[in-house]
Amino acid sequence: MLSRTADHLFWMARYMERAENTARILDVTYRLSLLPQNGEDVEPMWAGMLKIMELQDTFLAKHPRHTTEAVLEFMIFDKDNPGSIYRCLRATRENAHAVRGTLTSELWETSNETWLKIRDLTPAKLWENGPGAFFEWVKYRSHLSRGVTIGTMLQDESLRFIRLGTFLERADNTARILEVKYLNLLPGSDEDATQANDYYQWSALLQSVSAFEVYRKVYRDQITPLRVAELLILRADMPRSLARSMKEVYSNLTRVSNARSAETERLAGELESHLRFGRIERIFEVGFRNYLEDFRDRIFDLGCRISDDFLIPACA
Amino acid sequence: MAITKFFNEMTADDGSVRAHYAGYAAWLNDTPADRIERKRAEADALFHRYGITFAVYGEESGTERLIPFDIIPRIIPAKEWKSLEAGLRQRVKALNTFIHDIYHDQEILKAGRIPADQVLKNAQYRPEMQGVNVPCDIYAHIAGVDVVRAGAGEFYVLEDNLRVPSGVSYMLEDRRMMMRLFPELFARHRVAPVEHYPDMLLHTLRSVAPVGVADPTVVVMTPGAYNSAYFEHAFLAQQMGVELVEGQDLFVEDDQVFMRTTQGPRRVDVIYRRVDDDFLDPQAFRKDSMIGVPGLLKAYRAGRVTLSNAIGTGVADDKSIYPYVPEMIRFYLGEEPILNNVPTYMCRKPEDLAYTLAHLPELVVKEVHGAGGYGMLVGPASTKEQIESFRKHLEANPEKYISQPTLALSNCPTFVENGIAPRHLDLRPFVLSGTEIQMVPGGLTRVALREGSLVVNSSQGGGTKDTWVLEA
Repeated sequence: MLSRTADHLFWMARYMERAENTARILDVTYRLSLLPQNGEDVEPMWAGMLKIMELQDTFLAKHPRHTTEAVLEFMIFDKDNPGSIYRCLRATRENAHAVRGTLTSELWETSNETWLKIRDLTPAKLWENGPGAFFEWVKYRSHLSRGVTIGTMLQDESLRFIRLGTFLERADNTARILEVKYLNLLPGSDEDATQANDYYQWSALLQSVSAFEVYRKVYRDQITPLRVAELLILRADMPRSLARSMKEVYSNLTRVSNARSAETERLAGELESHLRFGRIERIFEVGFRNYLEDFRDRIFDLGCRISDDFLIPACA
Repeated sequence: MAITKFFNEMTADDGSVRAHYAGYAAWLNDTPADRIERKRAEADALFHRYGITFAVYGEESGTERLIPFDIIPRIIPAKEWKSLEAGLRQRVKALNTFIHDIYHDQEILKAGRIPADQVLKNAQYRPEMQGVNVPCDIYAHIAGVDVVRAGAGEFYVLEDNLRVPSGVSYMLEDRRMMMRLFPELFARHRVAPVEHYPDMLLHTLRSVAPVGVADPTVVVMTPGAYNSAYFEHAFLAQQMGVELVEGQDLFVEDDQVFMRTTQGPRRVDVIYRRVDDDFLDPQAFRKDSMIGVPGLLKAYRAGRVTLSNAIGTGVADDKSIYPYVPEMIRFYLGEEPILNNVPTYMCRKPEDLAYTLAHLPELVVKEVHGAGGYGMLVGPASTKEQIESFRKHLEANPEKYISQPTLALSNCPTFVENGIAPRHLDLRPFVLSGTEIQMVPGGLTRVALREGSLVVNSSQGGGTKDTWVLEA
């Protein structure tokens, strides 16, 4: 398939996944901001989130303070913010538009319809229904687009590059969601987790990655930071975990393998096996923040390598 | 207005419904207005969701609009279509022979049937093509000939579009929409199918691959996602199951064209290009072209790749060459033209210019190199001021214009704001030429939605209708 086509498919999937995860990050932070205990800490909380999303400078250039309204409108509507949900959905649609002939008509229509809706959304309408309803909508549009992809696309190279984009982006984004959380609360002993505040924080985090029920099912026990980290990092049966994402990245990568891609495949395989055989205690010893930052650097490097080997070189 | 009498496609002069519309008219009469209204709204919503849009030049970049779709079909009886089809085949055959002749021995010029200057000094004449042989001697593989009905119902050819004619995707989508909205109509009528057009197109393109290529790779080449006809480019590539490429996806090595793929370079044999000649190859034509492929002309001249349509076909569909097409038919085929040409005054000739200036309120004046309904004057529909301002352009650059009598274009009942009213229309059938000439019955019907307007171009607010060729 054309390198440019593969590039558009890859980025179409990445932007859709990014829109979804941005909605998830905003959702969890918004929920935490509503907790009574956090009344005075709301601004540092939003500032921390923006920092991890690497959008702090862009935000501060426009807004003096990190109020909930300012941050949410910046992250949802701002046309100048490359990380806003508006921009992600526009980029999804633009990439889809450029290769609409490669997509099934249902997939194209899904992406086009999502774009038409966000284009017509106004802040007034957002606040009228509450941001929660909007985040839900973004998640469901992403679910729909993924479902239509799997349910209608031929299982050929195009699907592989779409899936590569989805899981590479998800690996990065789940790592960021974890970082946002740990920025505000470093893991302590298990006793800490019994405090009501902590409970809400951890359950909000789990809910933001659709993992609350999963956690209960897997551990049948109270929520502790160590287990939450284990679930979202090492459990390959958890769909949004780093382990799952890397497993998908690696298997899709080996299926599009070409004459230049051996080293990229090796690096992906190495990262995947670290997650597969890793232990959460070891990760905490290394330092959680360092671990996640290092992980994201490797994901970034993989993205560049995939572009160089198959797509349009991006990180020259 | 000088013209009052129009040929109505649905009803005869005595008010009776024409036989081929009888079934449809009865259905329309029996169907409750609110159901029709619902279906029209559904059609709009579907076109939007499918993203069947076109970009409008001159508006904010990236503006996309729907082409209005009208649910009353344009119906042509099979008998009429048969003679129309014969006329179109004849015409396109002569035009292809003409282009081949012009780029080889120029017999028609030597015979004095067309003034040599008219051809060789035409901006659309490409000296690069002189002596170049193309597969099957065919240049215009895809022709979209604009036909109108006038007077008492006779057909006239308005334009032969031999470069990159567009619109066929709307023909196909209009049919799909009609079948989805009103399946019962298709059960009642024997409408000739058009859905196999992409198959025919692929067959045509493969048939003109460079000699010796057994299993040719065909691609569709687009200027990109912001081109007004991008929807169509993507649609045709998808329907044919071939890659949709941009210039940046292709490169030339040792006169062979390749595309960049995820598995490395892959050879390309036939390029259905929807890019104008000028932008194809920055080494040969416009140096500032960002959408072309350096070295493409050289590979083409070496016969290693087929361009469809060929380079230089514009020399045959130019408005200044148009008046000579009947002569081409006589010269190359030894036949009398089946289809009428519209009488044309060439303003570069002093006597024609004088006539045109004296009769502006009655004439249609067009730019020789214009297209898309831009830069033209429809005398009877224009104000005095518009006519006077156009007169200045005409006097300043007479060689840029031709004029024709305003044809009383036929009309057809069409949904408009206040119900159903007659609107003028034309027809663009598509003629495919490879090892054989092929057509699907019908074509794209365009309709001028503004009352009295004779300009059907989508860029000027025109709409489309499904076109039915009806077996009795």
